[in-house]
Amino acid sequence: MSLPPFQHLVDAHWRDVARLAHALAGPLDGDDVAQQAWTQALAAYPGLTSSRNLRGWLLTITHRCAMDVHRSRARRAVPHDDPASLSRAPTVAPVETDVDPALWARVAALPDRQREAVVLRYVADLDHRAIATALGTSPTMSRRLVSDALASLRLTLEDPS
Amino acid sequence: MTHPLSAFAPAVTPPRLPASDVSYVVEDSPVGRLLLAVTADGALVTSVYAADARAEDVALQKVADAVSPRVLRHPAALDEARRQLAAYLDGRTRTMTHRLDLSLAGAFQRDVLTTLVAGVGYGQRTTYGDLAEAASHPGASRAVGSALGRNPLCLFVPCHRVVPAGGGLGGYAGGPGAKAYLLDLEARAATR
Repeated sequence: MSLPPFQHLVDAHWRDVARLAHALAGPLDGDDVAQQAWTQALAAYPGLTSSRNLRGWLLTITHRCAMDVHRSRARRAVPHDDPASLSRAPTVAPVETDVDPALWARVAALPDRQREAVVLRYVADLDHRAIATALGTSPTMSRRLVSDALASLRLTLEDPS
Repeated sequence: MTHPLSAFAPAVTPPRLPASDVSYVVEDSPVGRLLLAVTADGALVTSVYAADARAEDVALQKVADAVSPRVLRHPAALDEARRQLAAYLDGRTRTMTHRLDLSLAGAFQRDVLTTLVAGVGYGQRTTYGDLAEAASHPGASRAVGSALGRNPLCLFVPCHRVVPAGGGLGGYAGGPGAKAYLLDLEARAATR
């Protein structure tokens, strides 16, 4: 099994990993999530049995790291006078972006699965098979999640895949 | 088609990863652009001419296949190798003592390279035929030439000191100019 030097993966995909990490985990945790994803990928790399779709593999790890942060946040949750002010705290409020902040607010307000699917589809540019792998579901369900999300976002853009 | 969400561009920096199984650096030298790589325990495993990105990719893939695919650009891990190389290329030192790893050399090639390191010192020259004999492979001068041509540890294993018996400089991975430069450097420094 011949795998390319890991540095090639870093050079080719670090921006995509960072984008996805920030989109899923928000500006506070985005850097940590990306860093964790790279550390885990480096540790697991020699055990890979295929060098096809390394980008999809990296983005799947990134998604998992973002969900881990999400869960550990939830475990650390403490009672709060105004729960509404905490809702969706860990997700999607990019520091610098060309995207309309109002759109991001609507993305952040989506149900978890829809938000993950639509971010994996359009921020990470993954196809439905890769999204299904990342979310542990089927491509059909991935399509449905994305199309429901787009409907909720009232985006009229067509999903090309 | 571009989607509004695909324009998302947070301010981000590349990941900071610790040195792993193989660390490398690419740098310019008076004899050409070189790729140097060390293993996790600090032994030099690659020192080859990499004139362009293509040559660099080929050399890195060899290390990834032979040692580990966990190959990262980590210049600090090569500080000692670069220091020794700079001193050598300046004529300030005659011996490079860096620990070497011959993982990228085949069995025959190891015979040839270790015989060369042990037997042909600074400022000396030998021929392909003589080196074949010294390595207990008499008559194998062509095979020796080919083994030297694929030397994974150029400069540290001084294959530039091997020349054709019939005169001239013979081939060299870094080109004839680099070979002439090194032989001239050693000849001048040796007479000082």
